[in-house]
Amino acid sequence: MKRQNSWIVHTVLIIGCVLVTFPIFFALIKATQARADILTPSLIPGTELLKNVQAVWFEASLWKFMRNSFIVALAVTIGKTFLSLLAGMALVYFRFPFKRFVFGFILLTLMMPTEVLLIPLFDLISQQPPQSWEAFYQWFLNPRKVLLEPSPFGFGWANTYWAIIVPFLASATGTFLFRQHFMAIPKSLADASRIDGATPLQFLSRVLIPMSWNTIGALAVIQFVYVWDQYLWPKVIIRREDYQVVQVGLNLIIGTGEGVQWGYVMAGAILTLIPPMLVFALLQEQFMRGFALSESK
Amino acid sequence: MKDNAAFKSRFLPWLLLLPSLIILLVFIYFPAIQAFILSLYRSNLRLGTRQFVGFDNFVALFSGPFSDTYRQIILQSFVFSALVVIIGLSLSVVLATFASQKVRGARIYRLLLIWPFALSPAVAATIFLFLFNPEVGGVNMVLNSLFGIKPRWLDTPWLAFMLVVFAAVWKNLGYNIVFYLAALQNIPGEYAEAASIDGANVFQRFFRITLPMLSPMTFFLLFTNLTFSFFDAFGIIDIMTSGGPIGRPPLDNAGVSTIMMYQVFKEGIQAGRSGFAAALSLFILGIVIIITIFQFKFGSRNVQFGDN
Repeated sequence: MKRQNSWIVHTVLIIGCVLVTFPIFFALIKATQARADILTPSLIPGTELLKNVQAVWFEASLWKFMRNSFIVALAVTIGKTFLSLLAGMALVYFRFPFKRFVFGFILLTLMMPTEVLLIPLFDLISQQPPQSWEAFYQWFLNPRKVLLEPSPFGFGWANTYWAIIVPFLASATGTFLFRQHFMAIPKSLADASRIDGATPLQFLSRVLIPMSWNTIGALAVIQFVYVWDQYLWPKVIIRREDYQVVQVGLNLIIGTGEGVQWGYVMAGAILTLIPPMLVFALLQEQFMRGFALSESK
Repeated sequence: MKDNAAFKSRFLPWLLLLPSLIILLVFIYFPAIQAFILSLYRSNLRLGTRQFVGFDNFVALFSGPFSDTYRQIILQSFVFSALVVIIGLSLSVVLATFASQKVRGARIYRLLLIWPFALSPAVAATIFLFLFNPEVGGVNMVLNSLFGIKPRWLDTPWLAFMLVVFAAVWKNLGYNIVFYLAALQNIPGEYAEAASIDGANVFQRFFRITLPMLSPMTFFLLFTNLTFSFFDAFGIIDIMTSGGPIGRPPLDNAGVSTIMMYQVFKEGIQAGRSGFAAALSLFILGIVIIITIFQFKFGSRNVQFGDN
């Protein structure tokens, strides 16, 4: 870059950085101000951060929403990464009948985002399970009902963690990512392990997992952020505040009508932003490397 | 199919695949079939009625008393998505390119640009809701003291629409810049150097070298951003405008910021008309499938990733 151009670069970058970060700094500053200053254009940091945080954390029960989001995000991140790892391993290190079909079956789900399935998924999760096996068989063995009528049964999971964890435990993206990664590992390594007498599961835990930290890290970041940031599905399926996640909870704190405590809300928004940011900061290197790897081959 | 099959077992591969397959079957394939079945019924959860109507729900999207509403919503969705994707990607590619130049403080710029990666639609919308609050928001207080105006951002149709677009673009900037920066790291510096020795200026280098080299990433981001604008933008719209306000004719058949996904929610969840909502969902699914086919078809040709 030539000297005379560098001021243009700096100008563009400074404008860009202001554009990208200003709203967050604004929220952060407002979260520190006293009630009297919050509703003024003043951008001087105040000293009330702790008070606002305490108010939103305890009085507006942000702690409960955060706890719920943590449980759900951890469960999905760990479960999804693990299940994708297993599926990826099966697809790369074994030969079995219908493998092409199974791979297609998994990949096809990329075209079907959960949001598109909102209504039937809502029914499936919220409707009650059949009273007895008999009732279930009666429905199941009647092809007219199964094929032509909406299913009357479900899991009865509305207002539980299950509703926002279980449907998200499998991932085509994750399986695909691990498959790509495993394909790039020389086959001789697996052969050597086998000749040395390692069972497939030993190969998984002693060779494959240690070689996959970048991919695991990349996937974990993507999944954690995705689950943490989810809004529509929890809003729809969780109607009890005790089980609500923080993204929807934040909106409950705003509430409706007049007299919104914007200082509390901004403190809540900043707190909500911290966990996925920390995860991203911690795993950023793996993320970049894992992603670059999966992209370059 | 290509593999590194080193192990032999009849049951183990199935055992490893089973959890994933069951979950995909129960929570994706089964609901997908149910969506189709539901769309053949006219149901009203409130009244507890359900009647088989064949393809009437699909027909009703395009003709009949509600078709004006749906035409407006579908049009709005496309305009919304197009704006979010085009503005979002242009801004991010320019910022990422600048931030990967060798200038003093580039690291700090990069850090500032990527840390909103984890920003969620709900948090973005909440901050915007306060910033653009007509009475107590920072933006109007500044506008009021400078020009004596206080625009009603979220009650004025075109302002509300543009603001929602702006919030969505802003929300995704960090995400796009992260991926562009990752891609830029993989472009060898020699190309740009060679070009600048040959006398290419900044713009020529950007349009002739950087942009084409980034095309695989642009292609990938095009689809993630489209999905974002179709689905994840729901949170932004729900929090900021709840789909409204109603526009001036001919946009007076629905709220101007109601995108298709928001209508699915309104019809299916709030109004309890699941058949209609399922039909609209399948329409969206059709669009998603067309887009995905495009991605697979053209993706493998222009784009370098995938196996070789």
